[in-house]
Amino acid sequence: MSLIPSPSQTVGPFFNFGLTTNHALGIMAPDGAEGEHITLIFRVIDGEGQPTPGDSMIELWQADSQGHYQHPLDPNLAAADKNFSGFGRLETDANGVCVFETVKPGRVPSPYGGAQAPHINVTLFGRGLGKPLRTRVYFAGDAANADDPVLTLIPLDRRDTLLAKPVSGQLNAWAIEIHLQGKAETVFFDV
Amino acid sequence: MKEYPRTPPGTQPEYLYKGYRSSVQRAPSQPLIQVPQTLSELTGPLYGHNPIGESDNDLTRHFADPPLGERIIVAGRVLDEDGRGVPNALVEVWQANASGRYRHSRDSHPAPLDPNFLGAGRAITDDTGNYRFVSIKPGAYPWRNHQNAWRPAHIHFSLFGAGLLSRLVTQMYFPGDPLMAVDPVLHSIADESARQRLVSSFDLSLTEPEWALGYRFNIVLRGRAATPFEDGRK
Repeated sequence: MSLIPSPSQTVGPFFNFGLTTNHALGIMAPDGAEGEHITLIFRVIDGEGQPTPGDSMIELWQADSQGHYQHPLDPNLAAADKNFSGFGRLETDANGVCVFETVKPGRVPSPYGGAQAPHINVTLFGRGLGKPLRTRVYFAGDAANADDPVLTLIPLDRRDTLLAKPVSGQLNAWAIEIHLQGKAETVFFDV
Repeated sequence: MKEYPRTPPGTQPEYLYKGYRSSVQRAPSQPLIQVPQTLSELTGPLYGHNPIGESDNDLTRHFADPPLGERIIVAGRVLDEDGRGVPNALVEVWQANASGRYRHSRDSHPAPLDPNFLGAGRAITDDTGNYRFVSIKPGAYPWRNHQNAWRPAHIHFSLFGAGLLSRLVTQMYFPGDPLMAVDPVLHSIADESARQRLVSSFDLSLTEPEWALGYRFNIVLRGRAATPFEDGRK
């Protein structure tokens, strides 16, 4: 039997009371989680250059600090950090911003052998989006970025849109803007 | 590891659908980049992040008194592309009240809030992929998308499946609603039979005598069964 997946529909403007009441989902890494604890700051900007006020939602999925996913398909599940689920979910605030507390992910196996660069998988939902946008966050300056199997598929002049940058004056904090349109439009994936 | 098939053209909404005005400023203008499905995409969040309470799936029991409206049961199966039930999947729902008003600070529709209705619930599918909610039928409501625009009655559904690509947020509609014919959100899906998959069916076998009308809504998530045993039988 082969069934066609159900169509997606927008989350609309009023998802908050259904999906994002649990702000603890922004604290992905409790104190006991292994690895380098980081703050990851997102800002979502629409085609008019305006932040998406309260009506977009970011979900993150990432490996733990050793590159293991808390999931049965991970070949190293047994070694995955029990204090780290890898899932986060927040709405953007009035300024289009949301802030996650997590750990820097380790390197995950590449389907072509070797390992992928540290990255966090992003799924963006929102009013106006009939289906979610998918992208990844990488870390600027990481040597592994140069041969990452996904990042290297992206035209050189657009790779920068996937790189979180260190926040000056704030220890272990990284920031990235997601531009839905425009000159700095973020690269989104068909996967 | 097994890759997920791409969805057939027309069966998912387009990002840019001019009839849905909000999409114009939010749809990407550059083509998407096709990327491989790696361990990052084939794994995905499991439901464990939010324990489910006993009455979470009964939206009529969140306050001491029952909400106003036509009591309904919405139930169905969550399936993968092979038609196998997806067990242990988190299903989250949210909806307007019977008057067509959301309990949300930015909903300015001048219809009454119901002090006895929150309009959000959660359930976990059983071993064969079945879920069940009790609620009230949501009202239609106006929105400012275009002149005299009204959304058909709908319940928002959010589902987690076996992997990241199984993740689905959608809306369930009610059979026979005339507003579906003029709803740009629904019509952002080009394929008519795909649109029909979002319309629940009235089901007398789910209906409880002297209590509530039953609607069946089955949902298919991306992904195929991945156990080696099942693979081997193909």
